[in-house]
Amino acid sequence: MAKRIYGVFDDEEILMNAIPALKAQGVSCKDVQSPFPIHGIESLIGVPRTRLSIASFMYGITGTSLALLMVWYMMISDWPINIGGKPNFALYLNLPAFIPVTFEMTVFCAAHGMALTFFLRSKLLPGVTAPMPHPRITNDKFVLHVDVKDENAINEVSAQLKSAGASEVLTKSLQFA
Amino acid sequence: MSNATQEAVVRDPLILGTKTYSEMTEDICRPIEGKANKYWWVSFVIAFTAMIWGIICLSYTIGNGIGSWGANKTVGWAWDITNFVWWIGIGHAGTLISAVLLLFRQRWRMSINRSAEAMTIFAVVCAGLFPLFHTGRPWLDYWMLPLPNQFGSLWVNFNSPLLWDVFAISTYFSVSLVFWYLGLLPDLATVRDRCVDPTKKFIYGLLSFGWKGTARDWHRFEEVSLVLAGLSTPLVLSVHTIVSFDFATSILPGWHTTIFPPYFVAGAIFSGFAMVLTLLIIARKVLSLEQYITMQHIELMNKIIILTGSIVGVAYITEFFIAWYSGVEYESYAFMNRAFGPYWWAYWSMMTCNVISPQLFWFKKIRTSLFATFILSIVVNIGMWFERFVIIVTSLHRDFLPSSWTMYSPTYIEVGIFVGTIGLFFTLFLIFSRVFPVIALAELKTILKKTGNQFKKKSVL
Repeated sequence: MAKRIYGVFDDEEILMNAIPALKAQGVSCKDVQSPFPIHGIESLIGVPRTRLSIASFMYGITGTSLALLMVWYMMISDWPINIGGKPNFALYLNLPAFIPVTFEMTVFCAAHGMALTFFLRSKLLPGVTAPMPHPRITNDKFVLHVDVKDENAINEVSAQLKSAGASEVLTKSLQFA
Repeated sequence: MSNATQEAVVRDPLILGTKTYSEMTEDICRPIEGKANKYWWVSFVIAFTAMIWGIICLSYTIGNGIGSWGANKTVGWAWDITNFVWWIGIGHAGTLISAVLLLFRQRWRMSINRSAEAMTIFAVVCAGLFPLFHTGRPWLDYWMLPLPNQFGSLWVNFNSPLLWDVFAISTYFSVSLVFWYLGLLPDLATVRDRCVDPTKKFIYGLLSFGWKGTARDWHRFEEVSLVLAGLSTPLVLSVHTIVSFDFATSILPGWHTTIFPPYFVAGAIFSGFAMVLTLLIIARKVLSLEQYITMQHIELMNKIIILTGSIVGVAYITEFFIAWYSGVEYESYAFMNRAFGPYWWAYWSMMTCNVISPQLFWFKKIRTSLFATFILSIVVNIGMWFERFVIIVTSLHRDFLPSSWTMYSPTYIEVGIFVGTIGLFFTLFLIFSRVFPVIALAELKTILKKTGNQFKKKSVL
């Protein structure tokens, strides 16, 4: 049964240098918790590039389609009215006047769709309890998640973490989504 | 790695003093964790009283109808729409700072984006009140939504710029709110993890959505922020463009001009930056954030004021020139009437405040003086209020039919509602400054080693 232990680092530069060194020793670095984004860490611990921007594009296209469908139905199909000498005969004839609403709906769906997807994907919702191995992760501590094969290997990996620059090694059982 | 690479030594540091990450957390959480000082309470009581007065005036309007305002048959849009456009414009600087400056990778935005975005949201709340109550029967405002005919009215008219406004403002408000709140999550988690009081810890726990700050979360967070910035940039330009369409798509001399969209957007950013300065010059002092919101930040904002103020100035002159050059006598008259008619004082107040006063920022002494910046930022907002008043009232009060010419002056009810929205704005901002971190703490930590004072010094040695 693999067990997860946490190496606490005081500085992101020490951590960034420690990860390649630890990996060379065969330590499996799984994740990092930090008070701010550390650029370049994704490739070190194997975080795949997010597809949220693609999702956002899809939501945006959906918004465009919904908006066009809505204005077509309301203005052209269901109840066409001649307003100020400008009759509503066909969608393409009135399209210039419908562009602003279509644009706003596109942005609305792209932005909110992406934000909601992000919250669900990262399990960020009101009422969720954050698994925090160290109380100062949101302040100034950087925590490296390391998987060890069994209980016996903990001491050895802890020593490796310490020699790589960790100020503390924690063994807690926390539920990460 | 990239976090450690410093920027050029010749650039002034954006974070002064010798800060560690932990000290930054302390500094920025202090206003939330400590007790409010005397200045905060005095400002809060004043703002809250003004807000209550606004509520009284608004209630009177609801009870008695908009006949209690000075608007009349000829001048149907007046004080209310002036305030609507003014508030919306103020909101634009927040989005500009958080979105456009993010796309341009301007690091100095990080100290000011949180409060500027909060300002955006509060300003849009104030703005939204005016058209909602100007309908006269605010309880029927749901008629503005695209609801089926049996809900009361016909389908809404998608050819009308007023409806475009409904979509633009609501999209703008909701997207700005999400963008702002998303950025707040890591900082709310910081407050949560520092809380000692269990009730507070519970509340901040709920508010922070269980933020845990893993590498995956941060990676997604940065991607979402970037895409939201990319979406907000055309959005903010579209919002004031559509607001200007409310005027520009009409055939009224003075309103019927194609220059309106860029001219309104520039004016919006101009007044918004002025409001950011007014707020931050006070906030940095009261909340002791001088080392994060430095003179350099203020100077850079003043430079944007020179730029946008000059665009606005050119727009005024172009408008005047085209009115003459077009050869349309109604158009020419509308502009001559603006400058030399009965509302000349409004026109010349606008010209002085918006065209002349920002040019003073060409002098380095003036744009690096807190006092001068504070005064000029208020002058700019007075000027921008007059701009909207001039555009709306002077164009309407003398129309094609001289028998319907009239004058407009506000009643105390209208003035009261405006004062009320100012009260509401400051009340919300003061509460914000006590409840949420006013600086994007997590984001600012990423630039400490690039631009922090002590790290710069080290790299010189």
